[in-house]
Amino acid sequence: MADKVVDARGLQCPMPVIKVAQGIGELISGQTLELIASDNGALSDIPAWSKDMGHSLKESFTTDGEHHFVIEKG
Amino acid sequence: MSTTSDAEAAVEAAAQSETPQKEKMVLIAASGDLDKAWPVLILATTGAAYGMDVTVFFTFWGLGILKRPDAGITGDDYRQKLMSLFKKGSPDGLQLSTMNFGGLGSKFMKDLADDKKVASVQELLELAIGMGIKLWPCQMTMDLMGLDRSQMIDGLDEPAGAGSAISLMKEASISLFI
Repeated sequence: MADKVVDARGLQCPMPVIKVAQGIGELISGQTLELIASDNGALSDIPAWSKDMGHSLKESFTTDGEHHFVIEKG
Repeated sequence: MSTTSDAEAAVEAAAQSETPQKEKMVLIAASGDLDKAWPVLILATTGAAYGMDVTVFFTFWGLGILKRPDAGITGDDYRQKLMSLFKKGSPDGLQLSTMNFGGLGSKFMKDLADDKKVASVQELLELAIGMGIKLWPCQMTMDLMGLDRSQMIDGLDEPAGAGSAISLMKEASISLFI
């Protein structure tokens, strides 16, 4: 279970990245955040953002058109 | 005594490493078209989400993005007044550069964006201000168009010039003219 869940369903680019950045700002290193997004752009944007920001993408999967990303704060 | 000063030095070093120099991003917003203002604000807010120190420099028609909706006719000169009459601007009053069809195309695009939950220029501008993005209006074009600070939205930084923009771009890892 993630320490924080951010729901960005229905939101389009750039909002999933903005929301995940805001959400991760509230965590400490080692804690995890789960992002749920419906924007298909998030499939490339979230891994790119995580890598660039030094966080690690632990898990990502899509169910019912919703993309889930579990990110551990670096 | 030396242990205390060592501890102090360690705390200081840790504090410094936690606040490294942020990478800088500079965007020049020279167009007041809806289809240019949108990417400017999408890139600016995303840059801030990447932890960058973002500045947007608004010049020429780009100043229109920052005009208050109730700014009305601006300037003292008849040419300034005429220009402000035909180029109204304001965050929610921007028009497409093409397919505008007297404003109908822009309305369609804004309605579509609303249906698809794409954040509007106005929402992105508010978000940008909230994220600490610096919004610099260009002093020279403000004077040229007869715009003063009271006719522009709140949350802007002090007007600046090309020199300030160049100084900033020299240090920036991303600089774009849009």
